[in-house]
Amino acid sequence: MDINATLFGQAIWFGVFIWITMKYVWPPLQKAIADRQALIADGLAAGERGKHELELAGKRSADSLREAKAKSSEIIAAAEKRALLVIEEAKQAAKVEADKVVASAQAEIAQQVEHARAGLRDRVADLAVAGAERILKREVDAKGHAEMLAALKQEL
Amino acid sequence: MASGEALTSSGYIVHHLTNLKVGEGFWTFHLDTLLVSGIIGLIAFLGMARIARKATSGVPGAIQSFVEIVLTFIDQQVKDTYHGRSPLVTPMAVTIFIWVFLMNAMDLIPVDFLPLILGTVGVHYFKAVPTTDPNLTFAMSLTVFATMLIMGVKVKGVGGFLHEVFCVPFGAKLAPLNLLFRIIEDIAKPISLSLRLFGNMYAGEMVFILIALLGVWQLPLALPWALFHILIITLQAFVFMMLTIVYLSMASESHG
Repeated sequence: MDINATLFGQAIWFGVFIWITMKYVWPPLQKAIADRQALIADGLAAGERGKHELELAGKRSADSLREAKAKSSEIIAAAEKRALLVIEEAKQAAKVEADKVVASAQAEIAQQVEHARAGLRDRVADLAVAGAERILKREVDAKGHAEMLAALKQEL
Repeated sequence: MASGEALTSSGYIVHHLTNLKVGEGFWTFHLDTLLVSGIIGLIAFLGMARIARKATSGVPGAIQSFVEIVLTFIDQQVKDTYHGRSPLVTPMAVTIFIWVFLMNAMDLIPVDFLPLILGTVGVHYFKAVPTTDPNLTFAMSLTVFATMLIMGVKVKGVGGFLHEVFCVPFGAKLAPLNLLFRIIEDIAKPISLSLRLFGNMYAGEMVFILIALLGVWQLPLALPWALFHILIITLQAFVFMMLTIVYLSMASESHG
């Protein structure tokens, strides 16, 4: 075991290698590792956030679906009501129209009856006069009789 | 076997345990230790720096993932033990673990490979495992020790550091005793740190050399020992790293 100047050479080598490691090996690697850790942590956080957002979106879509369903059933109910109303109105209108038609027809009938009656009244008077002329076969005061007959006509 | 002089068993062993040297006396340099540890370290750390420069915070490639796993594992050890905030501790632990692991792994190259190849180009001595050289383990443990002292002074201030040296654990009245305890404690740390690594790797290498002496019988023995040694290689690198972190955390917390 001989200790000699090799000691100094080895100490210098040792120092040089420590210096290389301290300056060029450890800091860049440490930085790379720290950066990677940050990257991974960020990625995990982003994934978590994405999952959360997906959950929220699912909830939101379910909500809007339910809302739309409620709204559409409401609309259908309103439409049905409206349809019933329209039918009812149409029925009403038809009834009114029918009544009107019936009324006018009855009025016309009444008018015609009146007309016919007036005609008949005239003919009956004439027939009565003619009959009386034939029965009496005499000159009669046509004027006086006419007055009497008119009064008679009024009584009919 | 690698050269003509090493025909006896002890000659073979000694040959394998002799460093490639230049210089005289104290100013001797073990070229094999310096070169192997330096080349391994440069490949490993410049390679990691390259990967780190191109590191992406997106999906990492296979190599980047591997480096990240190793480094975050070490960083976790540091975080579990060292509660201060220092930009130095994790890089130091990373350097120790990876460098020591790779240097220990040189042990798994069969003991005659490199000496045989280098012998053909005229290099007759070559110790391939740098961690079997106490110069390297002491260089590392003393650097760790110096870092400990500097960190202690920096965190607690000169006054706090001196107070700890003289007044812990027996109070100010027994200052000399406290100082003595502190000195023993502090000397024990780098010595145990470096000798543990050196002893384990030296013994492991020795066993490999002894197995290599057995001729054809080395075949069924070398493999189990190598497999077992993988455990030691990793464990020693981990222990060196862990103890460094513990020492640094002790240095930067009060009442060491």
